Amino acid sequence: MSDQVHVGVRVNARVYQAEVDARMALVDFLRDHLGLTGTNMGCEQGVCGACTVLVDGISVLSCLMLAVQADGAEVMTVEGLALDGGLHPLQEAFWEKQGLQCGFCTPGMLLRGYEILVENPDPTATEVREKIAGNLCRCTGYQFIIESILEAASRMRAEATSG
Amino acid sequence: MTAPAIREHPTETKWVGKSIRRVEDPKFLRGRGGYIANRALPGMLHAALVRSPYAHARIKRIDVEAARALPGVVAVVTGRDAAELCDPLPDFGPDPSKHTWRLLANDKVRYVGEGVAAVVAENRYVAEDACSLIEIDYEELPPIVDPEGALESGSPLVHDALGSNIAYERAFRFGEVAGVFDSADVVVEDRLRWHRSGGQPLEPVGAIASYDPATGMMTIWENSLTFTSYIFMLANTLKIPSNKLDVIPVPAGGSFGSKLWAVKPAAIAGMLSKLIGRPVQYMEDRADALSNNDHDGSDRIYYVQLAATRDGRITGLKLRTIDDYGAYIQFGVGHHGNALAQVTGPYRIEAVEYTVQAVLTNKCQQGAYRGFGSEVNNWMVERMVDLLARELGMDRREIRRKNFIQPDQFPYFIPTGNVYDSGDYEAVLDKALAMADWDHWQREKVRLREEEGRYIGIGLCSCQERSVFSATEFWFWFDEPAAPVTSMPESVTLSVDALGNITATLYSCAFWGNSPETMVAQLVAEEFDVDPYSVNVVYAGTNQGLPATGPGGSRFTVMIAGAIEGASTKIKKKAFEIAAHLLEASADDLEWHDGGIQVKGSPDARKALGEVAIMAHLFKHSLPAEIESGLEASQVFDHPYTTMPSDDRSSLGVFYPFMGHACHVAVVEVDPETGMVDFLKYVAVHDCGTLVNPRSLEGHMVGGIAQGIGTALLEEFVYDENGDFQSGNFLNYLIPTSMDVPEVDCGHHVTPSPYTPYGIKGGGEGGRMMAPAVIPAAIEDALEPFGARIRELPATPERVLAAIEAAQG
Repeated sequence: MSDQVHVGVRVNARVYQAEVDARMALVDFLRDHLGLTGTNMGCEQGVCGACTVLVDGISVLSCLMLAVQADGAEVMTVEGLALDGGLHPLQEAFWEKQGLQCGFCTPGMLLRGYEILVENPDPTATEVREKIAGNLCRCTGYQFIIESILEAASRMRAEATSG
Repeated sequence: MTAPAIREHPTETKWVGKSIRRVEDPKFLRGRGGYIANRALPGMLHAALVRSPYAHARIKRIDVEAARALPGVVAVVTGRDAAELCDPLPDFGPDPSKHTWRLLANDKVRYVGEGVAAVVAENRYVAEDACSLIEIDYEELPPIVDPEGALESGSPLVHDALGSNIAYERAFRFGEVAGVFDSADVVVEDRLRWHRSGGQPLEPVGAIASYDPATGMMTIWENSLTFTSYIFMLANTLKIPSNKLDVIPVPAGGSFGSKLWAVKPAAIAGMLSKLIGRPVQYMEDRADALSNNDHDGSDRIYYVQLAATRDGRITGLKLRTIDDYGAYIQFGVGHHGNALAQVTGPYRIEAVEYTVQAVLTNKCQQGAYRGFGSEVNNWMVERMVDLLARELGMDRREIRRKNFIQPDQFPYFIPTGNVYDSGDYEAVLDKALAMADWDHWQREKVRLREEEGRYIGIGLCSCQERSVFSATEFWFWFDEPAAPVTSMPESVTLSVDALGNITATLYSCAFWGNSPETMVAQLVAEEFDVDPYSVNVVYAGTNQGLPATGPGGSRFTVMIAGAIEGASTKIKKKAFEIAAHLLEASADDLEWHDGGIQVKGSPDARKALGEVAIMAHLFKHSLPAEIESGLEASQVFDHPYTTMPSDDRSSLGVFYPFMGHACHVAVVEVDPETGMVDFLKYVAVHDCGTLVNPRSLEGHMVGGIAQGIGTALLEEFVYDENGDFQSGNFLNYLIPTSMDVPEVDCGHHVTPSPYTPYGIKGGGEGGRMMAPAVIPAAIEDALEPFGARIRELPATPERVLAAIEAAQG
């Protein structure tokens, strides 16, 4: 049907090599080939942000990116936030503040939150509100998500100081 | 049945009322929520659908040969095939044979997006490739788009068998309507328009079906299981014995009504698996969900009159509503039953005339959307109360205070026959006004207009949230109902294992973004004084299931609380008998304390739940002969307060008795040049009775307000004059982003229900019940200098400008 291409990619600190259809979206590669189903598909139209992952540290919509475009890249998905089986401070904060209801936007929101806090470990509520505008959430009205990201920022700053 | 006994609620609780972290969350935070799209069975195939590009057309010819020949394609099914493989879909609407609803269109298509053919392939990519290879010849027919036009004689027909486009119409009169209107000092009237929107959760509907030809067993996993007692209807559609169907619920990534009894995807997956003999997954994608979710929200035109005395006492409400149901009508006009449950709002209005005309057009059909039509009624009532206040020159707060049902008048029967169990509306209003600092914003409105030429408006609404429906609302529409069912239960099984650990089994697709497992864990923890995080919550399939209805109509927490109370009582009774034997005491002398059973006043003489449980499971012959092994109990909890409609339908009986209430205050700024609306302040005070987890409820309030903002300002499924669908992606159908919604100040007032465990009322539909009512009020207040009236939602910038223009003449 479609040409096979080679993809070599590092996902959540593990290296994968695969032959895939040239037209395969990154999100399908992550979900169907690597079994990393934490990344959800909300629209496949590049609008909702549910499928957000980090590619070389930058948030991308994995429904709009081809798997082959990630060749040679470092990808981080929700499964990579805490590789020790525990929870990342962002996940802890989302739990504490009820920053999720159905959980479907949550993986994308967590990764966008991660990127926001890498860029600026101490953002204001307004900055967080502006920066998550590309990730739709249908449940929460965003308020508790913003509180969660601010809470995570506070925890991560405290960890950085004590560490 | 008459009113149930008034309950004594516990004065102190340990877990009920605590905002504990949700027990559901760790799996979702790790991306391990187990959604339907994340599940796979060995040998599973994938289905995709070809959808109609026409609003109304006859299918002349379908050529599937090229699709069938594509490598990787396993089967292609057309509408004609599907009509042979399956019977019509379950349909609770009036006279289903006159608007037959099938899995795929088999003669003509009736809306853009209706399924025409299905392809099953090794993966979704190939399935979609094959869809594009199917050739279909259509003969276009004139589309029926405008609901009022559809009423006209000579209009083209959506369903020829119906003979018109009116699926149902009826006028109800409650109280002395004519007398009240004849004697009214003032009657205000208006035409109001609420356009269609929908739940659109980020996860669409999907199902995996696995048919075993050897046993005849059909197993379907889906993210939409509700109304389990009615699931035999899906078996009928699939032409299998009802006891050979097992539907297993899977966590849903949001619903807001759109996954209430969403059986079509399950039926499509089931049909294809039965045909092929391999598991088939059918997932709707966003384009499917927008054009064909079967659960669009209300789409209404109101012609409404409100009667009052000169001093502002509201006496009568008279309305005709034309509701555009789209091409099919699966739930009948239950949306108007929801409205009739609280049709008079929080006000003492003695007479109501309610005429509903359910119209069919060439659009996707209506289903459920958070509020189920009662949120539209809230908006209509509040629009009219503000109009009356304006007409009489009354303060919007005072006209509400003057008409509120007073705390000492509960339980209060409204003219339709439904009861409001309890409430304190003025207290809620006072709290909201104080939190919003109403007087400050009134001053600011004047100052900013005079000093800066800005247009600030303050909106106020006082609205109901009916909770916990009973089944009579499905059939009181008909003088001779075909199926006057009366049962709408929820069930639980509590199992205490040999070590005393508790598992709660639920019987519907309870998780769709609400917090059912947290509710269950907190309620079980309260009963047994255990750690809520120690309670294991699981879901059973229908085949071994007890009756359950699932979430919807803000019913789940109240109903599951009743089920847990009943099951816990049974387990405790047995545990007390065992402990009495072990402690050589009378069961009457024992008390439940700190997770175990002890002799009253003697903490030394006690048995932990685990000690009792291991005896119950393993030591039958050490116990009195009448005690059976095991420590488990189920409870089917039926609706606690239903009364029958009168034969002449002058009363509809009690069918939605636990009445939540809320007051919202919104402060907005409107730009009269662009029509854009910005929020400056938003306050929401709710009374949902006793709260189990306040933070979770606030999540519903704030999230519901965001959806209500979508309904009020942004979201609309637009069909053009040809019936072409204009809202097929999230760039055209605008669900609110973080920049479209304000920070909400949440407040609570608690008036416990006298009739439910702990006094809980439903609150799950949250802010969407009220936000569409308060936002146009705020816009209208901002535009007071222009005299503009906001009659239409969503109040898009174009409509706001048009309202200004219309008022300017």
